Amino acid sequence: MSLASESCGTIGTAPRRDEPLWPYFGLGVFLGALFIKSEVASWFRIQEMFRFDAVHMYGVIGSAVVVAAGGVALLKALGLRDAGGRPIEFPSFDTTRVRPNHLLGGTAFGLGWGLIGACPGPLYALLGSGLPVMGVGLLAALAGAWTYGWLKPRLPH
Amino acid sequence: MEFLRQPWPWWVAGPLIGLVVPAVYWYGGRVWGISSSLRHLCAATLPAGLDYFRYDWKATGSWHLSMVLGVVAGGFLGGRVLGRPDDVVAIHADTRSALQAMGVQDFAGMLPADLFSLASLSTPAGLVLVVGGGFLVGFGARWAGGCTSGHAISGLASLQRSSLAAVVGFFVGGLLSAHLLLPLLLGATGGGP
Repeated sequence: MSLASESCGTIGTAPRRDEPLWPYFGLGVFLGALFIKSEVASWFRIQEMFRFDAVHMYGVIGSAVVVAAGGVALLKALGLRDAGGRPIEFPSFDTTRVRPNHLLGGTAFGLGWGLIGACPGPLYALLGSGLPVMGVGLLAALAGAWTYGWLKPRLPH
Repeated sequence: MEFLRQPWPWWVAGPLIGLVVPAVYWYGGRVWGISSSLRHLCAATLPAGLDYFRYDWKATGSWHLSMVLGVVAGGFLGGRVLGRPDDVVAIHADTRSALQAMGVQDFAGMLPADLFSLASLSTPAGLVLVVGGGFLVGFGARWAGGCTSGHAISGLASLQRSSLAAVVGFFVGGLLSAHLLLPLLLGATGGGP
C-alpha cells in the first residue's frame, strides 16, 4: 500500500528539496511547551475529560478545531499556494469515507488514551519534561505502530 | 513573564494549537499530525520488510521527526523552565475524589507518580497503564490513520467524516478505559459506580 492509503489525508506530499527543517523543530518546541503548560499532557486532565467533570479539554480541542477550520477556510477562500509555490491539497468531506478502521482503530486508540492519559504529542513532551517512564510508554507506542504495520493485511479497513 | 509560569488557560492554548493547522498547510502544504512520526521511526529502525514501512521515510517524514524532536525539547521548556515537576494540575474536585476512591494518592505533577514511575512498571497496574496504554495508542492511531492532532483537530477542521468517525472511536475507547478498565486495574473498593 502506498502513502496515499493513509486515511487521514496524506502524508505523502512531495517535499521541497530546499525546505529547511528547523521551522518544524521550532514548531515542535512551541507545541511541547504548550502541551505541558495547557495541561493537555496531564493524565489527570484526561481522566477529568472522560468523566465529563470540566470544560478544560473540550475547550482546548473545541477552540483548536474552530480556529483551525477558520484558518483552513481562509486559505481556501484566498486560493493561497504554499510557501513552495504549490497549490495546497485539502482533504475534504467529499474525498474521505468512513471505513471500519476509523471506528475500530479509533476505539483502540481511545482505550490506550484513557489508560496512559497521553496521546502521541504529549508522550514526547512528557518524556522531555523529565519523566523517563514516558520513554517506556513511547517505546510501547512504537511497538504498537510496528505491530499495526505487521498485522495490517489481516485487519479490517 | 510570570504569566508564562502559570498554567495556560484553554482559551489561550486551544486557539494556539488551532493556528498550527493552517500554518503547516501554508508553510509546507502538509496536513498536521503527530502519530505519523511513529510510523517513520519504525520505517527508519525496523522496517522488517513490511509493506507498511517500505517508503522513503526521509522524504516524507523528516518534517514530522524534526517536529517531534522539538516537542521533546518543548516538554523540557514547559515542564522544567516554565514550570516545576510537582506543579499541581487543578482538576475538578469530583475527578479528584473519584480517583482517590480508586486509590490514587499522589496528585502532584502531570500524572500520578504512584502509578507512573519506572518502579511502578513492575506492578500489574503500572505495566498495563504505561505499556498497555502506550501500545494501544500507537497501534490504534496507525489503524485509524491519525491521532488527536491529525483526526480530532486537523481532520475535523477540514470537515472529514472519517475523522469524525475516528473521534467517536476515541471517545468510546476512552470512556471504557476511564469507567471500566481503570477501576478494575486499580482494584477499586467501596462500591462506587
